[in-house]
Amino acid sequence: MSALLDIRGVTRRYPQPRRHLLHPEPPLVAVNDVSARIAPGETLGIVGESGSGKTTLARMVMGFETPDEGQVLFDGEDLHDLSAAALRQRRRAFQMIFQDPYGSLDPRRSVGWSVAQPLRAIGQTSNRRAVEDVLHRVGLDPADGNRFPHEFSGGQRQRIAIARAIASRPKLIVADEAVSALDVSVRAQILNLLMDLQEEFGLAMLFISHDLSVVASLCDSLLVLRGGRTVEHGPAQDILAAPATEYTATLLAAARLDPPTGVPA
Amino acid sequence: MRAHRAINLWLGAALVLPMIAIAAISLIWTPYDVTLLDVGNKFAPPSPSHWLGTDQLGRDVASLLMSASVNSLTVAFVAVGMGGSLGVMLGLLASAFGGWVETLVMRLADLGFAFPALLFAIMLATAFGPSLSNAILAIAFINIPVFARVARGAANQVWTRDFVLAGQAAGLGRARLTFDHILPNIAAPIIVQATIEFAVAILAEAALSYLGLGAQPPLPSWGRMLSEAQTLMYLAPELAIYPGLCIIIAVLGFGLLGDGLRDVTDPRLKQVRA
Amino acid sequence: MIEANDITVRFGTAEALRGINLTLSPGQRLGIVGESGSGKSMLGLSLMGMLPDAAGMSGQIRIDGTDMTGAKIASWRAIRARKVAMIFQEPLAALNPLRRVGNTVMEPLRQHLGHSKDAARARVLQLFEETGIQDPVAKFRQFPHELSGGQRQRVLISLALACNPKVLIADEPTTALDAHVALRITDLLVRLAEERGMALVFISHDLAAVARTAQDIAVMYGGEIVERGPVHAVLSSPHHPYTQGLLLARPALGAGHLRERLPVIPGTVPAMRDLAVGCRFSGRCAVELPHCATERPASRPVGAHHDAACHRIGAAT
Repeated sequence: MSALLDIRGVTRRYPQPRRHLLHPEPPLVAVNDVSARIAPGETLGIVGESGSGKTTLARMVMGFETPDEGQVLFDGEDLHDLSAAALRQRRRAFQMIFQDPYGSLDPRRSVGWSVAQPLRAIGQTSNRRAVEDVLHRVGLDPADGNRFPHEFSGGQRQRIAIARAIASRPKLIVADEAVSALDVSVRAQILNLLMDLQEEFGLAMLFISHDLSVVASLCDSLLVLRGGRTVEHGPAQDILAAPATEYTATLLAAARLDPPTGVPA
Repeated sequence: MRAHRAINLWLGAALVLPMIAIAAISLIWTPYDVTLLDVGNKFAPPSPSHWLGTDQLGRDVASLLMSASVNSLTVAFVAVGMGGSLGVMLGLLASAFGGWVETLVMRLADLGFAFPALLFAIMLATAFGPSLSNAILAIAFINIPVFARVARGAANQVWTRDFVLAGQAAGLGRARLTFDHILPNIAAPIIVQATIEFAVAILAEAALSYLGLGAQPPLPSWGRMLSEAQTLMYLAPELAIYPGLCIIIAVLGFGLLGDGLRDVTDPRLKQVRA
Repeated sequence: MIEANDITVRFGTAEALRGINLTLSPGQRLGIVGESGSGKSMLGLSLMGMLPDAAGMSGQIRIDGTDMTGAKIASWRAIRARKVAMIFQEPLAALNPLRRVGNTVMEPLRQHLGHSKDAARARVLQLFEETGIQDPVAKFRQFPHELSGGQRQRVLISLALACNPKVLIADEPTTALDAHVALRITDLLVRLAEERGMALVFISHDLAAVARTAQDIAVMYGGEIVERGPVHAVLSSPHHPYTQGLLLARPALGAGHLRERLPVIPGTVPAMRDLAVGCRFSGRCAVELPHCATERPASRPVGAHHDAACHRIGAAT
């Protein structure tokens, strides 16, 4: 199958403030020569700790940042080669869900307004029905469109953010720690919703998380990052069954629900 | 806790609202015509017919003060409105584009800060003659950098929020994002700043008029009343005290109102309360 | 070491905590798990006498033999740091950014224990050593922002341990940390509790972290402890429907579970004032009985040192 998203050897460096008068600080390499592919309808999990470069990678896939080297191809087109106007036009096909459900919705705008935003951007102005449909689809009351974000709980807000992300019928969703801020019981609801939507719309997903147990539940393949470099990359089940590096093994241990060993209970 | 913080707001409103009411009344009614001279009855003490007495030309002081309040408020409103809108626009522009645009706008703002308003007013007066509208322009001018800075600072914070990124992901450009997300979310600090600048503008108008660079006779103005009363300080000190008090009340009122608004709209304080 | 009896905390008419009983012996490690709104942080604060002013508390608390029931701020201050200490989720927020971390940790030693400057300094270096801070002499002179998240948390632990408390309360100490750092911090807490014979109350939303750290686990929901017992027992045979739901809602790590839908607990945690009078979990519970919403279930033993508060227990099923 041809790839929907093809990340080809991307590198992103950030200049560092000079600490010494004569020697310029070497740039921070946030993402270092990372490659990955996602086929339509497939999910790639990106796992890593803070500073691993996973968020920078997501931002490059979303076209918020331009890689210093390498390419991001979406549907065969290099996103960072497109003009600003052309990129804006393609945006309906890839959407994002953010970590913080409190920060990703404009507190001064109604829920319906926010959900309709991607539709308005593509010129669909009479979108009442579409907004109600999509709110219903994520398990909210269609009438909730008239309410404001502060009236909702974290889990409900994340549903609203998901509704906004799927409103323009994208092919790819980038979810950056989308369930990390949620409680366990709510997290399961949101994960189930994402799985349902994925099957229903044939969505491909780039799912970023520090928590391997979450990633394991819905990813076909895994990319483990550390310090901007690829540590492991391959089918998720293989990596989970037999992590090749100690780093991945540690992440796995942190996610596992094991009672302490060697301590009498 | 909450009541304690809101006290500025209520105190400010208690000073400002009656003043606005009096100014509004003076538009349709004052006890006497402010241009009416009655030299035979000059320096009259307060009495039922002249509540605050009369001045050196026999004009009714209460009526003068009432009419002058309209000028003060209008000058402040127009000047802050003009300077504020321009400043906010520049600030938003700087924040939306960043890079050299932001640097340019902010350095210009620094320049504006460094430039004394009085000097600008004197320049305007020399070029076009002293008038109230030139005073307005001068006051508006000093407000531009103030608002540009506040708007840019607040806007820069909003730009980092995820919902702006979501709008960007939806395919919106900077201009749309600015109007859809940035402007509504910086409205609170802008309004607060405007209220505080209002107090500054009233003071500035009084100062300019006092120096003869603002309201020209026969237009009544607190600042001009003050300067006219100056020469009569020993003869009739109350003629200086009344307009002085009016200026103090107006400046204090708007200042408190602005502080109060800031207190109740500051989200950081809101979190503590929640 | 710490004994809490029937602790109830009210905000107006809403109950943030209801009838909490706790007993910890020296060296015992109790984990408290719960979702947001479960009251777990409130419980931690009430054991420190640090509840917000608006809170009304009833019940008895004894800490290391001292009865703290209805104690005033001054008597709480007298036992804080020396008998009971606390560490928090965000170590950066808990440290003064303008002070060298060594000086911060020295302060309680000089203040409470009256150590001389040199003695305090030596003790700080010792504490840094004990909490696994590499190169203590250099770290002593650094500012909080110069340290990594894990190092900061270790500094905070040193600070908490400075006056040799009998009880350490750790509120989400690993939540802000990366996985491998979190693992080391929980290991450290276990070791410190064992070596010092110090009781540890480990509060977290993360079941895995609690399971790694504690011997006993208390599951909180709606301001109550709904189930409590040894970690093994609670995790392998949960008796309360909420505990069961919580465990099932965790994605499985093994093979063959890809895109498997997770069993969910329906609904969300209700707001404090919307909680049911009876069982707090009623309304979301799959096996609810008619009287659950109105009658409060008592805690009943379901195994060795293992209790759960559910009307189903003991009733015909």
